[in-house]
Parts: sequence; structure tokens; C-alpha cells
Amino acid sequence: QCSSELMGPLLFPSYILYLDKIQFEEGEGARAVPLSGHVGFDSMPDQLVNKSVNHGFCFNILCVGETGLGKSTLMDTLFNTKFEGEPTQHNQPGVQLKSNTYELQESNVRLKLNVVNTVGFGDQINKEDSYKSIVEFIDAQFEAYLQEELKIKRTLHSYHDTRIHACLYFIAPTGHSLKSLDLVTMKKLDSKVNIIPIIAKSDAISKSELAKFKIKITSELVSNGVQIYQFPTDDETVAEINSTMNGHLPFAVVGSTEEVKIGNKMVRARQYPWGTVQVENENHCDFVKLREMLIRVNMEDLREQTHTRHYELYRRCKLEEMGFKDTDPDSKPFSLQETYEAKRNEFMGELQKKEEEMRQMFVQRVKEKEGELKEAEKELHEKFDRLKKLHQDEKKKLEDKKKALDDELNSFKQKKTAAELLQAQTQQAGSSSTLKKDKERKK
Amino acid sequence: MADVGKTPVARNEKASSEFGYVGIDAILEQMRRKAMKQGFEFNIMVVGQSGLGKSTLTNTLFKSKVSRRSVMTTEEERIPKTIEIKSISHVIEEKGVRMKLTVIDTPGFGDQINNENCWQPIMKFINAQYEQYLQEEINIDRKKRISDSRVHCCIYFIPPTGHCLRPIDIEFMRHLSKVVNIVPVISKADTLTLEERDFFKQKIREDLRANEIDIYPQKEFDEDAEDRMINEKIRAMIPFAVVGSDQEYQVNGKRLLGRKTRWGTVEVENTTHCEFAYLRDLLIRTHMQNIKDITSSIYYEMYRVRRLNENNTKPNGQPAIHANGVPEHEVLSHEM
Repeated sequence: QCSSELMGPLLFPSYILYLDKIQFEEGEGARAVPLSGHVGFDSMPDQLVNKSVNHGFCFNILCVGETGLGKSTLMDTLFNTKFEGEPTQHNQPGVQLKSNTYELQESNVRLKLNVVNTVGFGDQINKEDSYKSIVEFIDAQFEAYLQEELKIKRTLHSYHDTRIHACLYFIAPTGHSLKSLDLVTMKKLDSKVNIIPIIAKSDAISKSELAKFKIKITSELVSNGVQIYQFPTDDETVAEINSTMNGHLPFAVVGSTEEVKIGNKMVRARQYPWGTVQVENENHCDFVKLREMLIRVNMEDLREQTHTRHYELYRRCKLEEMGFKDTDPDSKPFSLQETYEAKRNEFMGELQKKEEEMRQMFVQRVKEKEGELKEAEKELHEKFDRLKKLHQDEKKKLEDKKKALDDELNSFKQKKTAAELLQAQTQQAGSSSTLKKDKERKK
Repeated sequence: MADVGKTPVARNEKASSEFGYVGIDAILEQMRRKAMKQGFEFNIMVVGQSGLGKSTLTNTLFKSKVSRRSVMTTEEERIPKTIEIKSISHVIEEKGVRMKLTVIDTPGFGDQINNENCWQPIMKFINAQYEQYLQEEINIDRKKRISDSRVHCCIYFIPPTGHCLRPIDIEFMRHLSKVVNIVPVISKADTLTLEERDFFKQKIREDLRANEIDIYPQKEFDEDAEDRMINEKIRAMIPFAVVGSDQEYQVNGKRLLGRKTRWGTVEVENTTHCEFAYLRDLLIRTHMQNIKDITSSIYYEMYRVRRLNENNTKPNGQPAIHANGVPEHEVLSHEM
């Protein structure tokens, strides 16, 4: 037995820890003891499986390939269903990634299948950047998971995993060699995702050409250092079949959702005037091998490799990029914390700066507007004053006129009165004079 | 998007002539294979005063000499002056399934004259395991598989007084139920008659309720109606009244584990005699994975949240409560 004390800041003087440090996988250290009866923990795999069944599974496939290589049809054939209603529109510039999620169920297994298609891959005149949107997409899924993992309050066990578990790379059935676009793309993707190369629409190639084609492809991949996914051979149960299948890569596949009657059975096939290519006939194509490897034997391994290899690599690179590092044991408990805090403060600082800038701009604008409004106000006042003066002048004028008129009226009245008086006097005088005249005549 | 249901087909037909079978359910077999290859880990802690049969019960549960007492034959049998925490690991295998079982013993618990704060070293230990896991998890360069030393389950031994829980029981369970799954058991239950046992259980359940102590299986972690139904049945029976033994006796022509007395033989695995079988089924045969899940997705996450928020120190200068649940204090001389 070995005794050890726990690291640094967690030393507790009052306990002794006897801990077997040696890993379980190595099979040594922790002593093996025989059991004298049935304990019952052999049900653990079942308990684990039941929990997963209740939870459901998810599997994400990325199909990379040029337009027209039968990506959608192959997915339909693999999962025995019709996924999309109509073929995708190919009218966008650049490579788009279109993702669709489906819920499939077989016996008690519920699978959330996510199929991502590259739309427009290889359609461009200049294909230098074709791989970029694919890499960005894959990275974005890793990033989303990383963000969740780094959260303080996180819910990893119910997180909907969108990381790509398998990338089916569709090779055009030219029969000669890989295109440079294929090599470049696969090289960029091989450290990020499990690549399974397949020869699409392989009914276009004859058997002898196919063998040569496969050899050429494999040697080109090797000489360019492209790491494709190897079916695992460490578990004896599946080591044999996996290693045989590794030798058949890349799989030459044919996809079809149409059924043709062969003998007395309906099979999925492609009918030509000169014969019928049966999808599930292993003499005709490698479809069955692909289905076997991708789904029935290695689905779980694909998920595990994605998590323990590709994701870990992404995480390591990303964290190092952000400035984290595993330093010496003393500061270990705090390195992540401190850098995290520092980054957060930096971010907050920037945020504050931006906020300040915006506030300044706002104040500035307000001032300007205020100035404008003041100007306008001033103008209005002036206008008002002017108008007022105008009115006053008018009024004065009118009043003067009125006064003049009144004066005239008064003087007229006076004159009128005077005139009337005079008239009255004159009349009296006149009448009396008339009387006088009359009197004189009478004499 | 499209909800596609498919007709279930028997798994045996894997020939390519089969139509409609994709093979998605083969993932169950793949998972099982992986689990068998990787093996399992289980860490169980036993807490209780000396003489309550902790070692025996552990040996009985795992049908082998896994307890500390059985392993250490050279040391003197003495009750330590302070609480010690001792951990022993074994690898056991059954039908191809390998398990690394770690039994954590706590000699000295409850044996002192003054048992104040006896729960503290245990709490510190449990949090230390969470800390160790957290450190591994936040590494940049991580191991492919982090070895899990977190305490999944803590069995608390209640002495068969027949009355009610003692203050030390309540104190311990109140603190520890916040950081670990607690499974209390009535130990040495062969000293209680069935009526005394039922009365005692009821009293214990009342005490637990009154002190708001949540023991396993916790009500709030029931996942769905089916879960709740199963767990309610268990909650109606806990704490299990157990008897441990690693001796076999001949009973009715069969060799059974039991305790032989002059007035009869108590059969450990007979559910009319004691509830050991229920405890074993709960801990090992049906709920082991669930116990581990609650530890990792609830208790560990709670620790992690506390720990990651810890660096936000309080501005008013109050001493922070460390994530290990123990307030800062000077190390007293008798603890050194």
C-alpha cells in the first residue's frame, strides 16, 4: 500500500489517504479479489444502456462533395427514408452548409440524425476557399460545445450535440485520380473530423477500373499525408471485420430509393437497358459495407473519436490561443481562473469603453440638436418680433387714419350742424322776409 | 423536421435481403461492448461508529473481502483518536464486467467524547475528490479518461436503538446530504423485532423530514413518472434494516450467509429476516448507474459552480466560505 498526501492547498492534517494511483486500464495496482457469490454488478452495462435509451442518441453526418454526386440520395438509401422533398437550390455564391435534423426510431432506439450537406461545393470557378466554410462550420460546432463546457452553470448531459461525428467525402467517379480540390479539402479536414472517403455513383466505373481507382486514391491519400478514419481494431469482437473493411476503402457506393423487382423480391436498384445495379448486392457495390461500418458496427466509436480526439484537439488549441496554459502545480488551481478573470476584465473594459464612446456620441448629437433647435427658436422669435412690429405699425397707421377720419367726420358734423343751423336761420329769415314781401305787396 | 417512424424488425435478421432495417439499434450493442471494455468505477464510503458492522456489511455486499479490516491484518485494532479516512481499491469481475471498487472507511467517526464537527473531515474529503476531478477537467491537456475518485454513495450506519435519530446522526446527514448521496441503514437489525423496526423506521423518516434532510433517492431528482413510481416504493422502505455476515451456514439443505445464534439463524439474504437484499439491489443491481449520474451531474456540478464563483471575493471583507463547505478557521492544536 502506498500513502500519499494530496496536493498543495488541500492538505488536511487529520487524515491519511491510501489511494491506488495506478490506472484501472493498466490492470495492475488495485488488487483483484475473487467473488464468493453473485453480487449483481454485471447489470451495469444494461443500466448504462437503459439510461442512454431513455435519453436518446444523436448522430451528425457531414456530406462533402460536388453537386450532383448523389449525396442526398445516398442518405435516403442509408437510412431507408425520404429526407428532403425537393432537391436543394444551387443558386448561392460560395459553399453553403445546409443542415437538417430528423428523428428516427428503430425498436426502442431513438436517434436524432443530423445530416449536413455542402451545397455548391466545387461549383465555383475559383475553388481556393471552398474548404473554408466547411472548416468554419465544423469549428463552430466545437465552439458551441466548448462554450457550454466552460459555462459556470452548465447542462452538459442534456446538451444537444451538433459536433460532426462522420464526414462522408464523395469522390467523383472519374476513374483516374483524386482532384486537387479533394486533396486540399481532405487535408484541411482530417484533423477535425472522421473522414470516410467514398466513390460516388460508382456504377459509372467498371470493376477493373474500380480496383485501379481505389489503389490510386489510397496511395494519393497516403503520399499527401491525409489521415482518414480507420475502423478500430483494438476490440477482438470487431477487430477482424474492421480490419478487412479498412482494406476496402474508399467504398464504391451506389444510392437509390427506387425499387425494382428482381426474381420475386423488391430491391432497391438502378435500372439500365443493359442491366440492373442492385444497391444491396455486395458484388455490385460497397453500399452494404458502408452501412455496416458507419451504422451497425462503428457508430459509437465515431462519436467517441469525435469527442476524445477531434474535440480535445480543438479545445486545446483554442484555450492556448486564448492565453490559458497548464502551469506548474502551485498556480494550477488559479491559472484558468486568473486568466479567465483577466480576459473577462479585458472584455468588460472594452465593453465599457464602447459604452463610453457611445455615450459621448450621444451627448454630442444631443448638443448639436440642441444647438439647432435653439437657432430655430431664435429665428422664430425674431420672426415673431418682426411680425409683431409690423402689426403694430399697421395698427398705428390704421389708428392714425381712423383718427384722421374721425376728425374729418367730426369737422363734417360740425359743418353740417353749422350748415343746418344756418339753413334753419336762413329759412326763418326767408319766411319772415317772404311774409314781409307779401305784406308789401298787399299795400 | 420529418418524423419518420419505421417498423421494428427483429435484430437477428441481419442479412441484406432484409428490407427496411437500417441497423440503428445496433448502437446499443456497440455501447455495451465499449462499457465492457472500459469497465466501471464505484466509490462507496461507509460512516458510523465502531462496532456497527461496517466492514462486515461491505464484505457481504460485494461478496468478497473488500473492507479495510479484511485487508489490513498487521495493524493493531484500535480506535483512532481522530477521524481518519482510509480508502482501499479492489478490482472485481463478474461475467466479463470489470469494476474498480473503492471502499472508503472512516474509523474514529463518532467515537470521541466530543464529537463536535465530526462531519467536517469527511466533508473535506468528499470535496477534495470533487476538486481533484475539477482540476483534471480544466487542464488544457486532458487525459482521455479522467479517473473518477468522487464518492458516489455514502452509507450511514444508524445504531439499532429503536427510538429515534441521535443528534450526531442528524448533524452528519444534514451537512453531508448536500454534497453526496446518503443511504442510511439500520445496522445490526437482528436486535430489533419487526414491530420495533417499523416504529424505528417511521421515527427516522419523521426526523429526516423535520430536519429537511434529503436522502437517496431524492425526490427532486426523479426524472419521470416511471422513475417516481419506482423511487416512491423505495422511499417508503428506507432506511433499510440490514444484517451483514460473511459466514455461511447450512439451512434447509442450502448453504446461506447468515448469523447463527442459539435461538435460530438469521439469513442475510432472506427478505423476511432483514432488508439486506433490498439494499444490495438498490445499490448494485438497479440504481448504481443512477447513483453515479447524480454524483456527476448534480453534486459535482454544484461544487464546480461554487468553486468557479469563489474567486469573486466579497467586498465587505467577510471571510469567504470555501467551496469545501467549511468556514475558514485557525487550525487548532489538537487537529495537528
